[in-house]
Amino acid sequence: MKDTVKLSVEIAGVTFKNPIIAASGTFGFGEEYHELYDVGCLGGISSKGLTLHPKDGNEGVRVWETASGMMNSVGLQNPGVEAFIATGIAQMRRFGNVLIANMGGHSMEDYITGASMLSEADIDMLELNISCPNVKSGGMAFGIKADVAREVVTAVRKVCHKPLIVKLSPNAENIVEMALACEAAGADALSLVNTFQAMAIDIHKRTPVFNNVYAGLSGAAIKPIALRMVHSVCKQVNVPVIGIGGICTAEDMLEFVMAGATAVQIGTINFNNPMAGLDILNNLSQFCQAEGIADINEIRGIC
Amino acid sequence: MRYFESLVVANQQITDDVFVLQVERRDVEAGAGQFFMLKSWDKELTLMRPISIFKSEPDVLHFMYRLVGQGTGKMAQLKQGDPIRLLGPCGNGYPCEMLQGKVAVLGGGVGIPPLCETAKVLSNKGVNVDAYLGFRDVLFAVKDFDPYCANIFVSTENGEEGYKGFITDLLKPENYDAVITCGPEVMMRKVAAMCAAVNTTCYCSLEHRMACGIGACLGCSIRTKLGMKRVCKDGPVFLSTDLLW
Repeated sequence: MKDTVKLSVEIAGVTFKNPIIAASGTFGFGEEYHELYDVGCLGGISSKGLTLHPKDGNEGVRVWETASGMMNSVGLQNPGVEAFIATGIAQMRRFGNVLIANMGGHSMEDYITGASMLSEADIDMLELNISCPNVKSGGMAFGIKADVAREVVTAVRKVCHKPLIVKLSPNAENIVEMALACEAAGADALSLVNTFQAMAIDIHKRTPVFNNVYAGLSGAAIKPIALRMVHSVCKQVNVPVIGIGGICTAEDMLEFVMAGATAVQIGTINFNNPMAGLDILNNLSQFCQAEGIADINEIRGIC
Repeated sequence: MRYFESLVVANQQITDDVFVLQVERRDVEAGAGQFFMLKSWDKELTLMRPISIFKSEPDVLHFMYRLVGQGTGKMAQLKQGDPIRLLGPCGNGYPCEMLQGKVAVLGGGVGIPPLCETAKVLSNKGVNVDAYLGFRDVLFAVKDFDPYCANIFVSTENGEEGYKGFITDLLKPENYDAVITCGPEVMMRKVAAMCAAVNTTCYCSLEHRMACGIGACLGCSIRTKLGMKRVCKDGPVFLSTDLLW
């Protein structure tokens, strides 16, 4: 049945067998979910967010459920680029789908060094996370100001010979300007959106829930806003866009495709339903068949 | 580990806020000290809830939980025949296969449930088990330990039943080959220190907020002497001497 619908998509010369990608930070390096289903059935997997050096992540509460979503402040706990290259890549390679290395940074130097190391490694694509705090630009996040983002993407582009996705933060001052700046700086594709900066207070303890006070909101609650941002960006850029933000069902992901996304990433829904990737894939095929869609690419950007 | 739908066999309220949920087991593995992520909702709540195994019978799993929030609130309303989703078994349980001689299980409040299955497994392999069960005021689950324990010690904070005070006051860890504990962190910390002082092996089962429950999201990572560990996947049971607290 699946054979009758063409689900494969292409992003920056990389072919995904279907447009469903596991989102960074929710899926580790794939092996935990592989115990439940063959995660190789997904179009691709974006690795746990890497940093040049290993990171232990944040102290205190790291996850917090909210209405139709959750907040997290994991703080990029990861084994570092070197360990990922030594062992993580081989783990992910056995799934046989597109391997995306997601990398964040704290300074321009870290971004450049990490990106050049990953560029030489056996990855299919690099997804640059520019939503992390940047001490070098006065505490401003790379992901907030378009001119700062342009600088980091330009520098990474110079050392990265793999297809480069830039993952945008919805906290950007202007998401369209941010997208255009990253495209101009050499991004081959854009993925959006990362989590929304948010807050929760424990009224019994009378303190913020998270040690960092603010944390990232994800899940169904952000979907309509993420969809609007994907739509606005897709109208303005020429590079492919990967839609992210609260996608829970095949219907949700089709909205992002119709808004212009070439592929989507699914994150928080994996916690609600650990088989979500497989379920969405199956339902997507069924929907396309029922609606007479022969090729998923037909409906991209029709809204 | 599996993710599957099952049916509620019974859901019994045993105190003001403690319930025992029985679920059809559907041939899933279930070891002492392991837990399942449970969900009796679709997407109304984002996360599943980690609940430890109170008793595992050939056809039924028992989960004891305290009604504390939205998730357990929904679980408290379950009736026989209602569908429920399970993900598990999750984590590493107590190393019952390695234990022998005389073992104490010491639990406080809703840390008590996983110790019941543990006492059963240990007792079945010939280990001599004593239970130390600490409560705030109302007792529960004490009778469930009867078949597996040589001695059962009980305490309440107000002295309404059993010893008045903390259950740790009654423990003499030097009398045991190992102590297994689960409950409030302050209690487990005390047990760990008491065991360390007399060189008795101590295993602690930690509770933590979790998102995925299977080791992917790192939402429940803790710092240990062995580096960062995931409570859901590397734990929830840790050797007390590996913990930093």
